[in-house]
Amino acid sequence: MNSVILAADGVNVAQNVGFGIIAAVMIFAALAVVTTKNVVHAALWLAMVLAGMAAQYILAAAEFVAVSQVMVYIGAVMVLFLFGIMLTRAQIGSETGLNNKSWAVGIPVAVVLFGLLAYVVLDAVEDSTIAEVELTGANNEATLEIADRVLSPYLAPFFGMTFVLLAAAIGAIVLARKD
Amino acid sequence: MLAAEEIQEALNLSSGWFLDNLWLVGLIPAIGFALIMGFGKKMPNGGSEFGLASMVASLVVATGAGLQWMNRVDSAEEAGHGGDEAIGLLQTFGRSVPRAAEGAEAAPFIEPVLTTWVWWQNSGLEFGIGSLGDGLAILLLWLVAFISLLVQIFSLDYVRDDRRYTQFFGALTLFSAGMLVMVMAPNMIQLILGWEIMGLCSFMLIGHWWEDHENSKAALKAFFTVRVGDVGLLVGTAIIYFASSDWIAVNLPGKSGFDIDAIQAWALSGDSSASGAAILVAATALFIACIGKSGQFPLHTWLPDAMAGPTPVSSLLHSSTMVVAGVFLVARIYPVFWEGFNIANGGLSFIAMIGAITIVIAALLAFVQDDIKKVLAYSTVSQLGYMMLGLGTGAWLPAVFHIFTHAFFKCCLFLCAGSISHSGSHHSFDMKKDMGGLRKHMPITFWSWIVSTLALTGVIPFAGFWSKDEIIDNVGNNGYTFLFWVGLGGAALTAMYMTRATYLTFFGEARGAAAGGHHDDDHGGHGDEHDLTLEEHELELATVGAPLGSDHADGGAPKSLGAAANAHGGHHDDHGPHESGKLITIPIVILAFFALTAGFANPTPLAGDALGFNLGEGVELIKKYVEPGHEPVALDAVTPGGPGESLTPFVPQFAEEGEGGKDAYASGCGRTTPPDGAVCFFPKVKHAVPELGKILLSLAVVAVGYTFAIGFCLAFYKRRDSRLVGLTERSRLANAGYKFIVNKYYLDYLYENVIVRAVAHPISAAAYWFNQHVLDATVDAVGEGGKRSGQWIYDNVDQKIVDGAVNTSGAVASETGRGLQSTQSGKVNQYGALIFGAAAVGAIVLVIINVG
Amino acid sequence: MLAANFLLLAALLFCIGVFGVIARRNAVMVLMSIELVLSSVNLNLIAFALMNDDVDGQVFALFVIAIAAAEVGVGLAMVLLIYRNRQSISLDELSELKG
Repeated sequence: MNSVILAADGVNVAQNVGFGIIAAVMIFAALAVVTTKNVVHAALWLAMVLAGMAAQYILAAAEFVAVSQVMVYIGAVMVLFLFGIMLTRAQIGSETGLNNKSWAVGIPVAVVLFGLLAYVVLDAVEDSTIAEVELTGANNEATLEIADRVLSPYLAPFFGMTFVLLAAAIGAIVLARKD
Repeated sequence: MLAAEEIQEALNLSSGWFLDNLWLVGLIPAIGFALIMGFGKKMPNGGSEFGLASMVASLVVATGAGLQWMNRVDSAEEAGHGGDEAIGLLQTFGRSVPRAAEGAEAAPFIEPVLTTWVWWQNSGLEFGIGSLGDGLAILLLWLVAFISLLVQIFSLDYVRDDRRYTQFFGALTLFSAGMLVMVMAPNMIQLILGWEIMGLCSFMLIGHWWEDHENSKAALKAFFTVRVGDVGLLVGTAIIYFASSDWIAVNLPGKSGFDIDAIQAWALSGDSSASGAAILVAATALFIACIGKSGQFPLHTWLPDAMAGPTPVSSLLHSSTMVVAGVFLVARIYPVFWEGFNIANGGLSFIAMIGAITIVIAALLAFVQDDIKKVLAYSTVSQLGYMMLGLGTGAWLPAVFHIFTHAFFKCCLFLCAGSISHSGSHHSFDMKKDMGGLRKHMPITFWSWIVSTLALTGVIPFAGFWSKDEIIDNVGNNGYTFLFWVGLGGAALTAMYMTRATYLTFFGEARGAAAGGHHDDDHGGHGDEHDLTLEEHELELATVGAPLGSDHADGGAPKSLGAAANAHGGHHDDHGPHESGKLITIPIVILAFFALTAGFANPTPLAGDALGFNLGEGVELIKKYVEPGHEPVALDAVTPGGPGESLTPFVPQFAEEGEGGKDAYASGCGRTTPPDGAVCFFPKVKHAVPELGKILLSLAVVAVGYTFAIGFCLAFYKRRDSRLVGLTERSRLANAGYKFIVNKYYLDYLYENVIVRAVAHPISAAAYWFNQHVLDATVDAVGEGGKRSGQWIYDNVDQKIVDGAVNTSGAVASETGRGLQSTQSGKVNQYGALIFGAAAVGAIVLVIINVG
Repeated sequence: MLAANFLLLAALLFCIGVFGVIARRNAVMVLMSIELVLSSVNLNLIAFALMNDDVDGQVFALFVIAIAAAEVGVGLAMVLLIYRNRQSISLDELSELKG
């Protein structure tokens, strides 16, 4: 599988190599998330996947999203997860029975799903390449454009989003408080 | 060429603010409901003020619209008499065709006031919402608003300290809103909307005191039984839509197969799509919905159980809303039934048969009820049977008129029952245990009850006489001789069971709670009664029964009949029975007044020579203002945009009728197809000419019913006549008859044991067995099921069939569910696996299809 | 660079996440797996933005991040509530939906 992912068209070796290394780390970490016997380790592996994801975003010239990813996921969500693990007094350290009895069902489902997705992706994009990205780090035009998009054509969804977040915050408080 | 305004002016079809804004009638109670639910609990009167205010506002709008509608009809007639020119003009547009043929019945078609907005649209198909203001709709709107208002006033006192006071008023108001929305519906979608709102509210209101298991069961039963019929409404609407869309697209562009006026025009068009199987199936499906909603014969079982709700609810349900909805639906899209069941040619329609069966079955069942509300419930079922009988035999006008009069006296009777339980019998409805002798204590309730009873039984000049006799008369006139006698027999039965209920409630000795809780059986003067002969009692009571001599009741009759009750005069303390407060009696008295006078809205016999004085056709207000015109209408006039562009003179081709008499009906809308370029909206129905002989016959039948029943009551309940008491134990025949009639008592037993054992168990067992042996013996299972069902149908031809079907479908569903149960492990992971797996498989299938 | 690279990586992460949702018993672990799934979708969106040279994909990715944060907050609150009521967050024991 990795050979497919790492297949480069030889135009920009550095970018492809970077992508390949990060991708390998992410896949390994993701597999660890779903197989490790230690809940805390799983959370830390997840942090690694998400960090890798942020790195991929930078490779794909999406710096603003990458920064958001780091702040929201690695900063906030991971802390939430660790608190969740702590408050539910899950065993710190390895434990048996993190998987349910019929965990093996997941393997065929996941494999079939991946086969399907891979076929569809390769069928759709075939050998098309992505335009070269200037990895100069000074590319803030994209960020400006995101701001324009969010505050004009996507203003209504943006407002909707604010309400969703408000509702989620209130809902979480209502659910979790102790009386 | 004339401009549209000039034409409108020439037509002189007046409209007005209320008519144009008729939709407010339905909208206001809906807003009232929202206000009650939102702010009701904070209001000093728990939200009832919103309900009352909204009903008052609705009533004002409906009244204004009614007056303006009458003005519109009048102005059309005047315009028609304005000279040849005016007539020609009117015929040109077909908006209103005044007396096209001199000497023939006048039936100008008055264009309804149609107000619609687009509610939503889908692939070019628009669904409107708004109001269709014609005579029928406005009559019913006014009626519903009026009755709802009185019922709400009554409820103020009746449910004063209820646990869910606010919710009660909210549901009551939404209920009225549902009925109003349905009545004003310009299309089937809105009609279904209102229909379903009512179904929901009836569920909430019948189960108002849901803590009691019986009540919640009754609510469920009402809801599910009606839903069985509701499937018919959806199926019928869909069939009509698809069958009619081609014709409508060609002839009435801009309309769709959901619009009620388009459906009416289509059904009478004579088009090949509007004849044959499609319209027959559609009419049958729609009528099944009406059977469920209006409690007609096989689906009537929910109505008596619905008495579990508070009395104001029963009153509202049974007078002007809910159960009338089914009758209204038939009246609304009458052309569909007219064509579907071939009523024009005197076909013995499904509607008429069901109506006739219902009249008799329900009236017999009313005899054996001890619960006063259940007597009234069966009485309602029976009266609805009259309405259906009328509609099914072409007597459209009397049936609609009966809706109108019935609402008043039935509402009054229910409110009287409520008043009795509220103040007279300690919240009991059992006539045998807790009532009797209440006449002295509750004079207002008593007299209102008497007036309404006389109206219900069709005694001249009370309201029921004018409408019910009209139905019976027209049924006979339209050639249904047998059904004519069924109707008369039903009238006699009505007189009998109402006498029984009246006697048990108001006469005789006080029992149980009506005796003020003092259960002393030693009534002084009781023995004296036995000196009077049966005949004397009959005479006495007969004078009470006869309306014209009703003054007597204050004098002699009560003395002899109510002596036992008199003995309780001393018990008139706080616990004893007493008259209800003003909030309860005032609505009752108002309704009683209408029960006395509503018949004069359309006293057909007075319009002819039948009763000796001829007041002319002018007195037939309902006929003039409510019955739609049956003259064909030029298509130009009804296509959107209105007249004004293409003015092709159009002369109705039906004008060549004879000079009245039978030949006059040989042609006309619904009897022959309309001429090219014209449509009909209402069939030409016949109207019977009342005859003195028939009137006397029906009055005599009622009198016989009264006499027999009074004699029986006195002998059985008062003197405990040894020949009658215990008759059912001694005589095998009497016992069998009694059991047969009384088997409503055992109906639950029958449902639970006979039906469940005979039908549900074998079929559920068969279903289970089928699960076990899917591969073999399928044929045997079908044969066995068929044999058992056949045997069962042979054994039980009564109303159990339907409940059986309901139970069967339940059992089959439950067995199927058991089969699928193992997949429902409740484990999220398994559900996740199933979802993702199924999604993957589905996607694979799509990919394969796309690639291949 | 091949466009398929990002998309295939995203598909793989998605399937690993699905496997986690199906296989894990601990509710917190299931939530983590869902995070994997959501993140992989984000990667797809970013890749599409790059392919189409249009930042709309990035805007959507930001929206998804916000929704995911809300989802984790509510989800963990629910897990806490379940834990408080049942002293366990094992999904095997939460089978009230059993038919």
